[in-house]
Amino acid sequence: MDTLQVYLILAAILFSLGMFAVITRRNAIAVLMGIELILNAANLNFIAFARFGGMNIGGHIFALFVIVLAAAEVAVALAIIINLYQNFNSINVDEAQQLKQ
Amino acid sequence: MINIVFWFFVILTIVAALMVVLSKNLVYAAIALLVTLLGVAAMYVFLWADFMAGTQVMIYIGGILILLLFGIMLTHKITSVRISHTNVQRGFGALIVIAIFAGLAWMVNITPWLQIHSQEPQQTVHDIGILLMTDYLLPFEVASVLLLGALIGAAVLARKES
Repeated sequence: MDTLQVYLILAAILFSLGMFAVITRRNAIAVLMGIELILNAANLNFIAFARFGGMNIGGHIFALFVIVLAAAEVAVALAIIINLYQNFNSINVDEAQQLKQ
Repeated sequence: MINIVFWFFVILTIVAALMVVLSKNLVYAAIALLVTLLGVAAMYVFLWADFMAGTQVMIYIGGILILLLFGIMLTHKITSVRISHTNVQRGFGALIVIAIFAGLAWMVNITPWLQIHSQEPQQTVHDIGILLMTDYLLPFEVASVLLLGALIGAAVLARKES
C-alpha cells in the first residue's frame, strides 16, 4: 500500500467515474456530483504527491485551495440550477437549450 | 491489519463512486457521494494529511453535500415520478471514459516516478498555518474575496425576481 501508483490509479478511477457522470447524466445536480468526484481525484493526487513526490506541505495547501474553490463553485451552480428550475420546471441539461423561455 | 483497512477503504470508495454515477435515485446518489468523500478522507489519513482529512469531512460532507441535498429537494417534487434519472448514451460515454482511464493507467504505469521517502510530519496544522501566512498569503486573501463574491452572487442569482 505504500506506493504512489496505488493512489494515482485510485484517483484515475475517481476521475473517470466523474467524467462518466458529466457525460451521461441528464440531471444537472448529478452532473455537479460528477464534478465533485473529479475535484476529489485532483485533491487525492495533490496529497499523494505531497507525501511521495516531495511537495510536502505545499501539496496540502493546494488541496485546501481546491476545496475552497469547490465550495464557491457549488454554491453558484446550485443558485443557477434553482433559477433554471423556476424557468423551465426541469433541470435536465438536455432540455435547457435557451437562456430564456 | 493496516493493509486490510487500507484496501477496505479503497474498495469502499470505488463502489460508492460507482453508485454515485449509476444510481437512478438522486438521493441515493447523494448518500453514496457521502461514502465516497469519507473514503477519500480515509486516503488522506493514510497519506499523513490529518488536517486535510478533517477539512474534507467538515467542508465536503458538512457543507457541500448538505447544499447538494438542499438542491435536490428544492428542485423535485418528492412524490413525482420523475425522481428517477437514467443516464443517456451510456455506451458511448463508457467508451470515452474507458479510453481516458486506460490512457491514465498506462501513463501511471510507464512513468518512472521519483519517490522520495520523507519522514512523517509531526505537526501538519502548524506548518500549514505558517505557510498560509507567509508563502501563500496572496492566494489566501484572494480566496477570501472570491468566497465573498460567490456568496453575494449566489444570493443574487437565487433570489426570486419581484
